[in-house]
Amino acid sequence: MSGQSLLRATGVGKSYGDRIGCRDVSFELWPGEILGIVGESGSGKTTLLNCLSANLELTAGRVEYDTRVDGMADLATMSEPARRMLMRTDWGFVHQNPRDGLRMNLSAGGNVGERLMAVGARHYGNIRRDVIDWLDRVEMEDGRIDDLPSTFSGGMQQRLQIARNLVTKPRLVFMDEPTGGLDVSVQARLLDLLRGLVRELGVACVIVTHDLGVVRLLSHRLMVMQRGRVVEQGLTDQVLDDPQHPYTQLLVSSIVSV
Amino acid sequence: MYVAVKGGEKAIENSQRLLADERRGDRHVNEVTLQQIDGQLSLAVDRVMTEGSLYDRELAALAVKQARGDLIEAVFLLRAYRTTLPRFGASEPIDTGRMAIRRRISATYKDLPGGQILGASFDYTHRLLDFTLAADGERPEGELSDHVIDNEMPRVVELLDRDGMMEAELPADDEPVADLTRDSIQFPAGRDARLQALARGDEGFLLALGYSNQRGFGNTHPFAGEIRVGEVAVEFVPEELGFAIEVAEITVTECQMINQFQGSATQPPQFTRGYGLTFGYCERKAMAMSLVDRSLRASELGEDVNAPVQDQEFVLYHADNVEASGFVQHLKLPHYIDFQSELVIIRRIREQIERNRGAHQEAAE
Amino acid sequence: MTMSATDESAPAGDDEQHRTATIDGYNFAFLDEQTKRMIRRAILKAVAIPGYQVPFGSREMPLPYGWGTGGIQVTASVIGPDDVLKVIDQGADDTTNAVNIRRFFAKTAGVDTTERTKEATIVQTRHRVPETPLAEGQILVYQVPIPEPLRWIEPRETETRKMHALEEYGTMQVSLYEDIAKFGRIAKGYNYPVLVNGRYVMSPSPIPKFDNPKMDRNPALQLFGAGREKRIYAIPPHTPVKSLDFDDYPFDVETWNQPCALCGATDTFLDEVVLDDKGGRMFCCSDTEYCAERQARAAGRARGDAA
Repeated sequence: MSGQSLLRATGVGKSYGDRIGCRDVSFELWPGEILGIVGESGSGKTTLLNCLSANLELTAGRVEYDTRVDGMADLATMSEPARRMLMRTDWGFVHQNPRDGLRMNLSAGGNVGERLMAVGARHYGNIRRDVIDWLDRVEMEDGRIDDLPSTFSGGMQQRLQIARNLVTKPRLVFMDEPTGGLDVSVQARLLDLLRGLVRELGVACVIVTHDLGVVRLLSHRLMVMQRGRVVEQGLTDQVLDDPQHPYTQLLVSSIVSV
Repeated sequence: MYVAVKGGEKAIENSQRLLADERRGDRHVNEVTLQQIDGQLSLAVDRVMTEGSLYDRELAALAVKQARGDLIEAVFLLRAYRTTLPRFGASEPIDTGRMAIRRRISATYKDLPGGQILGASFDYTHRLLDFTLAADGERPEGELSDHVIDNEMPRVVELLDRDGMMEAELPADDEPVADLTRDSIQFPAGRDARLQALARGDEGFLLALGYSNQRGFGNTHPFAGEIRVGEVAVEFVPEELGFAIEVAEITVTECQMINQFQGSATQPPQFTRGYGLTFGYCERKAMAMSLVDRSLRASELGEDVNAPVQDQEFVLYHADNVEASGFVQHLKLPHYIDFQSELVIIRRIREQIERNRGAHQEAAE
Repeated sequence: MTMSATDESAPAGDDEQHRTATIDGYNFAFLDEQTKRMIRRAILKAVAIPGYQVPFGSREMPLPYGWGTGGIQVTASVIGPDDVLKVIDQGADDTTNAVNIRRFFAKTAGVDTTERTKEATIVQTRHRVPETPLAEGQILVYQVPIPEPLRWIEPRETETRKMHALEEYGTMQVSLYEDIAKFGRIAKGYNYPVLVNGRYVMSPSPIPKFDNPKMDRNPALQLFGAGREKRIYAIPPHTPVKSLDFDDYPFDVETWNQPCALCGATDTFLDEVVLDDKGGRMFCCSDTEYCAERQARAAGRARGDAA
């Protein structure tokens, strides 16, 4: 393989004593590619996401990322400043609960503008302009720019969280059940929005979800996890239309029956 | 009238004269002596010595007298004196296993080697005000029993230790013991620094934290393994002698709390320790301290840290009553420069809002 | 019996041994020489890294925490018998706390004290920078209650130290952004955060933002002591100090619509004095010495004119 992948996981594992979080996960993610990770709760998909995004220390394997300056670098041996810099510029993380990803005591504008200011923006007018631009892109009214997130609906909070993450034009965004906890109609609109944005920006994503509808719509490629292991992976349509592993077959049939 | 703001020198002198006068109180009543305070308000002296971190009954009694019974002020006085004292070195660790026992109880065993010794305790009094005390009624002196107390009775945790039911005591290392009065605390703080901060910490604060722990904010399932009170020897090794000599005998209260531990990937379930130690007889403080000590070990034992009592920075930064008292009360000092800055800003913002409102109205008309 | 001290082992220098304590039983300027040496080392480190908060072994002082224990320890460590000390609180020499601290050093160090900024070699202050410009060779010692400028954004010391180390100051800027969004201007009046030497964000202590520009490239040495929080930091002479702001919302200082009622100054920080309960008020300089000086000069000129 050429060295052009954006993120590379090799034999990634995480255990808590005897309990296995995830084990022996390997894959490569390409720039602009969207990878879905599905599985029921307890399958290790969230643990894996936290390992990939350097929020958890690995107990086996390694995760490398193609940094803008130094090229492919092992996250575990990267200095903390470099890692924190990645997290607030080149990466994004969209949490299932927007409260985990937003600063609830800051206005919508402050939330979106924070990352701009963190990388040195010091012109109030320009920051406002960029923020308003992003509020438009996530289909929020400009007039809400100075309101606190607590005054927003769940769907709006989630869109605000997405704007906050995308404002610095990251190359990679991790998402943990981004549509979980939302009404079905709100989910559909959010998915549509997400699909448009990630395509337009060419941002790569790793999306963890238990909802096959989400991955069918968004992801190019799919990994199915069961009991901490990847049991099947491939192109999304291929996995969903012609599942090989019995567990995947069960998952797919359960969505069909809905 | 609050004279404080301007023309201070004379005001300070007068205030201090008045303070001295009020401290003395009614001149027809005899002045209280240090011996009386030490002998009859001995628990006040014990608390002031503990939180003042200086074992000197006479000075602590003086501090209580000078502070007019305000114990936190007395702790402050003793601390301000202590900080000026030269340091000769550190004593050998005291051995509470070799204690002249006054009181020793365990809640975990009905009977145990050495026995339960109730000693002098408020525990089973009925809390009835004793009006004979108000009438200066003398009590007959107590009679000494001829029961001989074993001075080398084993500590309860050692009994559990032998069965491997109790976590092992940390081995002695060669690291110097932390001293918060010489170096500022760094986080995460080691257990030595934590215990020192707790020993010096405010009894009320630790009591409330320990209580919060029992009520479920970070419960540690505590049992009072043992509380013992009595005298221990303080030994010191002078450089030129090279061996330990006894330099003092002090009274201490020790509490060893035994707490459940669920076990982890590498350790089977066993009991863990919470430790409390005070100068003199400060049983409530020692117990609260041991609860808080154990709670602060949450992260090293791999437990979740989500209650205030488990949070090192929260507990250790706010336990010291001399620091807290000073900072709370510094709000009395003039802040009129800062207040003026706020006034200027708020006036400007209000003016602007008024102007905007005016402009809107004009536009609307 | 002699026993060796366990800490700060170097013996006191000759010059220091010859100093006599002013009150029996206490060392010159209260602190023992080993402690002073420890504090001077912290000061040197602070000077070497402008704006960085150096942890130090703050001692318990015979003054409550929050009342200037940090400033006193810094002053005690740098003061010598030939120094001349000025102490102000809210800009005034005669407020009780200023009087008290001045008395403390007069008693424990026997140094000369003054109210004149020009004559002082050391000025200890709470909440103001004197109006009279300081000169090379002078030391300004600030009393600091909360040394951490990021404390209101992040209560954890472990986290704020990391934020400083990594220059993660975005959240600080966001707090200014929120002010403008809400009030149309940055609404911090005092303790207005500054960037020292282009590197560390620093709390200037609760001085009014009016005084912030005086810190910039000041020829005097500026030392900051926080006793309760056990931190020392410094701005060496001629160091750039920039108040945080936005390009299009530049930092500005308080102004008043009227001059000082006593000396007529239009360029000083004014105290508001309430005269009655009917809204009557008067504005006069908070720096009492500066104001008195101007009044005396004006009176002298008037006499000169009359003659």
